[in-house]
Amino acid sequence: MSKKLLLKNINVPGIKNFDVYRREGGYQSVEKALKMQTGDIVEEVKKSGLRGRGGAGFPTGMKWSFLAKPEGVARYLVCNADESEPGTFKDRYLMEYIPHLLIEGMIVSSYALGSSVSYIYIRGEYDWVADIVQEAINEARQKGFIGKNILGSGFDCEIYIYRGAGAYICGEETALLESLEGKRGLPRIKPPFPAIKGAWGCPTVVNNVETICAVVPIINEGGEAYSKIGIGRSTGTKLISACGNINKPGVYEIDMTITVEEFIYSDEYCGGIENGKRLKACIPGGSSVPILPANLLLRTAKGEPRLMNYESLADGGFITGSSMGSGGFIVLDEDQCIVKHTYTISRFYHHESCGQCSPCREGTGWMEKIFYNIENGRGKMKDIDLLWDVQRRIEGNTICPFGDAAAWPVAAAIRHFRDEFEWHILNPEECLVRNYGLANYADPLEAVAS
Amino acid sequence: MAEEQELFKVTIDGITVEVPKGTTILNAARKIGPQVAPPTMCYYSSLEGSGGKCRTCLVEVAAGSTKDPRPMPKLVASCRTEVMDGMIVKNVTSEKALDARKGIVEYLLINHPLDCPICDQAGECYLQDLSYDHGTEGTRYEFKRRTFVREDIGPYIQLHMTRCILCYRCLMVADQLTNSRSQGILLRGDSSEISTYISKAIENDFSGNMIDVCPVGALTDRTYRFKNRVWFLKPVDAHRDCDKCCGKVTLWNRGEEVFRVTSRKDPWGEVQKIDGKPAWICNTCRFEKKNTADWIIEGPTKVNRHSVISTNHYLKKVVPPDPLNKVLNGRSPILMMDINEVSQVNEPDIDLSILPGPATSNTFIEHDEKREIKETAAERLSINDHKKP
Repeated sequence: MSKKLLLKNINVPGIKNFDVYRREGGYQSVEKALKMQTGDIVEEVKKSGLRGRGGAGFPTGMKWSFLAKPEGVARYLVCNADESEPGTFKDRYLMEYIPHLLIEGMIVSSYALGSSVSYIYIRGEYDWVADIVQEAINEARQKGFIGKNILGSGFDCEIYIYRGAGAYICGEETALLESLEGKRGLPRIKPPFPAIKGAWGCPTVVNNVETICAVVPIINEGGEAYSKIGIGRSTGTKLISACGNINKPGVYEIDMTITVEEFIYSDEYCGGIENGKRLKACIPGGSSVPILPANLLLRTAKGEPRLMNYESLADGGFITGSSMGSGGFIVLDEDQCIVKHTYTISRFYHHESCGQCSPCREGTGWMEKIFYNIENGRGKMKDIDLLWDVQRRIEGNTICPFGDAAAWPVAAAIRHFRDEFEWHILNPEECLVRNYGLANYADPLEAVAS
Repeated sequence: MAEEQELFKVTIDGITVEVPKGTTILNAARKIGPQVAPPTMCYYSSLEGSGGKCRTCLVEVAAGSTKDPRPMPKLVASCRTEVMDGMIVKNVTSEKALDARKGIVEYLLINHPLDCPICDQAGECYLQDLSYDHGTEGTRYEFKRRTFVREDIGPYIQLHMTRCILCYRCLMVADQLTNSRSQGILLRGDSSEISTYISKAIENDFSGNMIDVCPVGALTDRTYRFKNRVWFLKPVDAHRDCDKCCGKVTLWNRGEEVFRVTSRKDPWGEVQKIDGKPAWICNTCRFEKKNTADWIIEGPTKVNRHSVISTNHYLKKVVPPDPLNKVLNGRSPILMMDINEVSQVNEPDIDLSILPGPATSNTFIEHDEKREIKETAAERLSINDHKKP
């Protein structure tokens, strides 16, 4: 049983209420933090080695220390609760069941960054979640944790909820800020980075819900203690939202030392593949990261067992590795069709492209149309190379990482499952009625035994 | 008192240039010349905040600066990236950048109708130039292209969304030159469109500048639509006293007639800066003064952009060289047969035009026989003649 930091009290009845949360030791970090210097809190977070949980994995302490602090200019903390990555639902879980943890983290982070007005940007589809969080804010305000001069420290803290309108792109930090300002959610061209010029032209830090929640145990237990959990540069615990063809889908808190194999097959976590089937492939970090076939998922190209952490999942780059991403763990069993699966992802990215820059606007739609043909038995052999070409020229050439997110799954699917694509094209009738199955991976590495 | 400006040395495609701090890579490249300047579709120097969207100006940065000579991992949009001292940029020498650009052209063209033969912008179209320079011959796109219905926005401008490449320049013109913006972007992704939402006329004295900034034929001048081709028109610089704008324009004439009026363009196809200010013109000058008498002509416009407009204007008449020397590889001709003389060799005695049908070999045999008969008859006749008198 790995150590639980965020989900420790998740099963306490009534934890949504302030009083129960406070009884279980909640809001201690606020009391502790308000006695500390702001610089010390940032130092503590730096020491903890906490990395952004939203997908990119950028060290949070470093991000905080980059925040410009010009005189007389407001600074903002924005919590990115626009969790739209398909397969990821960890932030919803946190906000829905233990909203005070987020509020507590927000107050501590706001104090550390000197942000008197902070925002929680919640995606439009989470309307009931926004109500829960709003309720938590109201309770905290009544108890004097939010408002003017909180706990007599002289620090004013206001937290507002801003509801998005349900656009995936608004999870990108600069698009989120545009949306927060009331404009179209189009990503800004960087530089300047939000740490210099963010919301309303003021220095801004945008952090994921889980990152902000993780600040609470860091303050409570100290950065040193937090950094001892985990392995290497992957410190602390990480929430993984597992879904797909597994026996026990759900949100799991792991310390990042367990292997992928253990995570999938152990009863403590996913509990193995549904109906005793075999593992075909897995997307380890939300729909945008490269898909990995079973052999490469369980072992790295070097033959070492793959661990559930930032470094190990990214081992081998995108050729034989993937990425931790946002922790949306999607498992596919032998009955799943990779072409159909990638078509679905491609359709999603086409639908969500903001249309600002040309490679992504036109390329995502093109890829979707080619996939539609292949999936429906109208593909041609040259379409595979065309898909490869289209994704190659989107990747890295766009304003924001959305283009990469749209290109990576396609690239990985073709890289690892090219034979399945070819089978689809060569058997246009058959592919409509049955799936390719497990078969041989196009991958040069030998298929994993059992 | 000129303040000492910090100059940055930047090397673009092996050519070093010194530019002040804060200059973008694109402007540094333009300072060197058109050979190394990346193409642009959305950047417009006179419009604040433009650029970064079309991604055609992507370049490779081989070294970030003298202090930090690491290369940048991704291609960067040169129109929005500022130079650093000692930066080494690769544009036309970078295969990566050229390949990416080829891709961008393909993406821009997949939903473009390619109706250049009936498009007013043809000949001065950025996209046309771009696809000739960097595009491929054919398209690999086999699906239906998105189409829109043409829409008249106001009495002077027509919006043809099908051709639009979503550079957002016209929105910036509306934001920065006019008091209010009545058009915007609807929807998102590849179905996004520029629209006034509720069909509405754009009424503003400077709205006509949207036509000038549009890189393609999406916004066209209704007073000029289908009147003429730009390459048949002769641009002349002219000015008039205008209380709204600078009044300095380019007239596009054919003969005496003024077909259209536009603002003056610099070599990059952007509005010229006169006295440091972009010379935007008002709608009165643009649409209502189409008479030579309204204007004071300054002289022909220098057209040095390599678009088709320049091909037949004010350049020396180019006579194609005689290919004979090249064909003969430097040797002088020994004998040249005169075709007329050759055909005379076989010229028949008979006038073929008088024959009722096509000539056959028999015609000539018969002719010869007839001639013999004729001759004998003539002899006889001559005898008779001789006898007659």
